[in-house]
Formats: sequence, structure tokens, C-alpha cells
Amino acid sequence: MFSRDNWKEIFETIQKNKLRTFLSGFTVALGILIFVVLFGFGNGLINTFDDFFGDDATNVFFIFPGRTTVPYKGYKSNRTIEFENSDLADIEKNFPLFLEYVTPRISRQDTVRYKQESNSYTTLGVAPSHQFSEMTIIMKGRYLNKLDIKNKTKNAVIGRLVEQDLFGAKNSIGKYVDIGGSSFKVVGVFQDDGGDNEERVVVIPYTTRQLIEKNNDKVSQIIVGFKPQIGYAGAMAFEKSLDRFIREKKYISPQDQNGIFIRNVADQLKQNQQFARVLQIIVALVAFGTIIAGIIGISNIMVFVVKERTKELGIRKALGATPKSVIGTILLESVFITTISGFVGMLIGIAILSSLGEKLKDFFITNPYIDTGTAIFATMILIVFGAIAGYVPARRAARIKPIVALRDE
Amino acid sequence: MIEIKDLHKSYKMGSNSLHVLKGINLSIEAGELVAIMGSSGSGKSTLLNILGMLDEADSGEYNLDGVPIKNLNETKAAKYRNKFLGFVFQSFNLINYKSAMENVALPLYYQKVPRKEREQRAMKYLGQVGLKEWATHLPNELSGGQKQRVAIARAMAAEPKVLLADEPTGALDSTTSYEVMDLIQKINDLGNTILVVTHEEDIAHMCKRIVYLKDGVIVEDKKVEQVRASTYV
Ligand SMILES: Nc1ncnc2c1ncn2[C@@H]1O[C@H](COP(=O)(O)OP(=O)(O)O)[C@@H](O)[C@H]1O
Ligand SMILES: [Mg+2]
Repeated sequence: MFSRDNWKEIFETIQKNKLRTFLSGFTVALGILIFVVLFGFGNGLINTFDDFFGDDATNVFFIFPGRTTVPYKGYKSNRTIEFENSDLADIEKNFPLFLEYVTPRISRQDTVRYKQESNSYTTLGVAPSHQFSEMTIIMKGRYLNKLDIKNKTKNAVIGRLVEQDLFGAKNSIGKYVDIGGSSFKVVGVFQDDGGDNEERVVVIPYTTRQLIEKNNDKVSQIIVGFKPQIGYAGAMAFEKSLDRFIREKKYISPQDQNGIFIRNVADQLKQNQQFARVLQIIVALVAFGTIIAGIIGISNIMVFVVKERTKELGIRKALGATPKSVIGTILLESVFITTISGFVGMLIGIAILSSLGEKLKDFFITNPYIDTGTAIFATMILIVFGAIAGYVPARRAARIKPIVALRDE
Repeated sequence: MIEIKDLHKSYKMGSNSLHVLKGINLSIEAGELVAIMGSSGSGKSTLLNILGMLDEADSGEYNLDGVPIKNLNETKAAKYRNKFLGFVFQSFNLINYKSAMENVALPLYYQKVPRKEREQRAMKYLGQVGLKEWATHLPNELSGGQKQRVAIARAMAAEPKVLLADEPTGALDSTTSYEVMDLIQKINDLGNTILVVTHEEDIAHMCKRIVYLKDGVIVEDKKVEQVRASTYV
């Protein structure tokens, strides 16, 4: 059945029936191509999603002070809440079980100047552990350390793009830059996956920032990192007790929505993961639908092919073709065409995906891809079901009496 | 060569049944050239299809070269057709995407003859019907007479015991018809057994024996003086 002569006969038939070959080949190739591209786009969406939310640590709370709207314990409403250095220490002291680190963040916009070049950047006054909450990667030099905080040094760590803007290709380490009127020494350069905005940032010791601002001890924002081991439930419990603790200390009513605000990344992360999962399910459904449509397409073509060949098959049977050889001819031909065109469609799809890269970022599709296993699996499914779909009409054709087939004019 | 006894065949159409062959007895020796005559609808094709194992009789006996043809499944029927029988149809029934040579070689493919030998033998038979130069042409590049000659070459290629021709000249003008009959006579001269279905008197008289069918039975069966087709060509 699989002799070389059989294959030659099949090749000849394929070659001489170009329209038929093209129709079935095109359907299969297009089906797989659409499947691969859709699936890849789905993965691209998920990538974009991860990019948006995946660059910062997830075991982190951000605590923002606000303005009270409810009178509480003798304090009037409309009172501005402020954090101080002592709050940092208190949090550290009270939650040793949950806490991994705590860092303030004092955000300012400053003009930063080096020789002729100057630009306006976000300047963050922080503690060394800020590196963990932002998952900052040091490219050269170092991050801030305890001594910088203690001695209120005028050391700065600058983002990759800040160095690029101000120093061009030159090395910035050890050079002095002017930040909002004071001279700072660059001790390190960092990069961040969060995009350009997060690399146009200058980081200085928060104590130095407080010193510059009339030696106060105000902290505009507190970032708390907790131990990842405590899990989602632990994080939620920690958030609650932290909230209670701060409200107690700052005399904010438990009912006051605006006194303080805690942003819980873990909570967000869970929502995001759920959203990503829903996205993945939708993509899988669409892709599954494409494959089903492909199978229906091949089935229709097989019915058409067999119908078109009824007379030819009748002639072949009159000349001595057995039912088995009739089925074999039809099936081998269709499996051959679907296999070749299926893999061609698959490769084109993969090529399209890999050529796209970041070009569709505006449509929230980043680096679309499909893993080869999934692509090959889908192609095989289409081939197998194509063969099964072809077997039914092929067997019917093989059963038609030759006179019936020959009479058909 | 062919032995049939009390052959019956009816076609069922809904609740009606059309009794087409009502007890046919016929014996044909090797080397005969027999015409089956009768008006349209008299059952000539039905008889020929049963002889060709393209269809089955309802009852009766059929022996082909001593082999009883009975209760054949499709696979077996296909093998017998391939080994014993060659067909020529009124409408030629060539495969349109295959060249003349490939059409002639097709029965040999089902005999599992190797490709090279297949092509050689196909060329030999194409030569016998005078179409060697047309070997690479597709059927739609050939005239009606040429197509029928290719079909005859194809029927002969498998070297069958019996050649069955259903109105082989039905679609041809008279000159071309005589050319085809000339070819059939020459093949018969070589000793081949041939049955020709026709409703034309002049074609029937180019055979050696005429069997008349009417209302499902044989009404006359006579040997005739063969008219050579070459006298008209
Ligand atoms: N497959 C069929 N189903 C029903 N009736 C048929 C079928 N084939 C032939 N017939 C009928 O049987 C009769 C004999 O047909 P056929 O053998 O083709 O006659 P002929 O070849 O002598 O013209 C005709 O009346 C025809 O309509
Ligand atoms: Mg007829």
C-alpha cells in the first residue's frame, strides 16, 4: 500500500489536479496559520500584562498618608496626615513576624545638571531596601547603603537613561552632578524593567533629602516589604493589622476612607493573575474554534473531492481497483496535502509571530509567540481529524458500484 | 468461455420492480466476436454489465472460463475484472488528467506491474491502435475515434480473456465507427473473445454472430457472414 509506485501515482494525481490540491492545502494552511497567530497574540497579551505588573516586587505594601474626613478622638476632620521617621521605626518594631524591610520614599521633581547638559527628573529619597521593592538592577557602581543614610551623604544612584541623557557614552561613576542646587556624587547606575519612566529616576538617601529640606523628619510615603512565605492570606491579615496600627497611632477613624490608604500589590496581583487566566481561556477557546472550523473545512473539501472524483473512481474500479486501494488513494493524497500545507502554515505563522516582536505593543501585544509543542500538536490534530473526515466519504466512494459511478454524467 | 443459464435481473424503483432480464441462456466460445442487438431499453447494457461483474444478477448461473461467478465481494470482483475483462464504453471513460499512455497503463498498475514495464506495454498497445505519436496527449486533445482507440488499447493492455464493448461506436460518425470496428476485428483475428453491444445493423454484421434481445429474452441467435470493416475504410 505504501510502495514507491503508490506514492508516484499520488504525486502525479496531486500535480495534475492543482486546483483541488490548492483548495485543500490552502484551507489547512490558513487554518493552522490563524490558529498559530491567534494563539501567539494571546500570549503577547499576557506578556504585555506581565510587563505592566511584573517589574515590581509583589510582596509589598505602599502606605500613602491622606487628609481626614471624619472627626475622631477630639481631632477635627480635614487634618493632613504626615509620616515621620519614628513611624518607620515603629512599624519595624511592631511587625517582626511579617516584615522583611521598610523604606520611606520622598518623591520630588528636580533639575539635574552635569556640565552643559541638564534635565528635569524624578528624585526619590529612599532607604537601601528600596532596591528590593522596585527590583532595581545595578548596572555599575552600587546602590545606597546604611552609611549613606546614617551620614546623610550626598551620594546619588542614577537611572540608565539619566546617565545616557547627561553623560552620553561617558562613564558617570564618581562624577558630580547638581541636583536641585546641591552637588551629589554618582555612586551607581541602575536599570529597571518597568520602562523608560523608571530609568529616568535619581535616587538619593532620604535623610539627605530631609536635611536639604530644613532638616525635617517628614516622610511622604512608606513602602513595606513582607516575607513572601506568609502567603496571600498572611498578606491580607498583615495589611489589616498595619492599617489598624497606623490609624491608632495617627488618630484616624476606622471609618475614614481618606485618612490613609494602603495599596496592596498582592491583592492586585491576584486580580491580575485571574484576569490573565481568563484571557488565556478566551484565547484557547478562540484557537479551539479555529481548529474546529479547519476540520469542518477539510471535511467539506473531502466530500467535494470524492464527489468530483466519483466517475474517475468508477473507471478505476472497472479497471481493477479494489475498495482498499480506492480508500488508500484518497486518504494518502489528503493526508499528504494536509501534512505538507499544515506544516507550511505553521511555519509561516511562527515566522509572522517572531517578526512582530514589539511592533504591536500599541495594541497590547508584546513578543507574541507559540511554543512549538502546541503548534505541532494543533497541526497533528488537524491532520488526524482531516484523515478521519476524509475516511467517511472515501469509504462511501469505495462502496459505490462501478456502474453507478460510471452512469453519473 | 462464457456460460450463462437462466439469468434474471430486475431493478427496484420504490415499490415498483422492473424485470429487465427474464431468463437469459447464452454460451460463447473462445475467439468469438458476438454482437448483442436490441432496441433501446431492451437490457443489452444490463446483460453486459453483469457479464463484466460491474453489476450482479438476481438469479441464474454465470461461468467465466470455468470459474463460477457468484457472491463476489467488491475486492474479489475488482481482481477478476482486472484479470479477466477489458471494457470499452460508449463515452470512452478515459481519465482526463492522465495522458493516453498513462490511461493505457492504468490496468497494469492494478496488476502491480512495475512502472517501466507498464509504460513499455502501454506503448506497445498504443502502437497497435496506431496512436504511438499521441502517447503524451491528454484525452481532450484527441478526436472521438482516437479516444475510443485509446480506450480499446487500455482494455487490451491487461490481456483480458474477454473484451466487453458497450456501444463502442455509439458516439462516433460512420467513418470513424468503421475504423474502430476494423480495429476490433483485427483484435478478434488474433484470437480474442469479444462482445459488442450495438443497436446498429451494419455494426452488428461486422461481427461473426448476432444475439437479439427483446423484452428481456433472447429472441434470435445466429451466425453471420462477417463483413470486413476495412472494405469501407
Ligand atoms: N440502475 C437502474 N435502475 C433502474 N432502472 C434501470 C437501471 N439501469 C437500467 N434500467 C432500466 O432497465 C432497462 C434496460 O436498460 P439497459 O440495459 O441500459 O438497456 P439498453 O442498454 O438495451 O438500452 C431500461 O428500461 C432502463 O431504464
Ligand atoms: Mg445501453
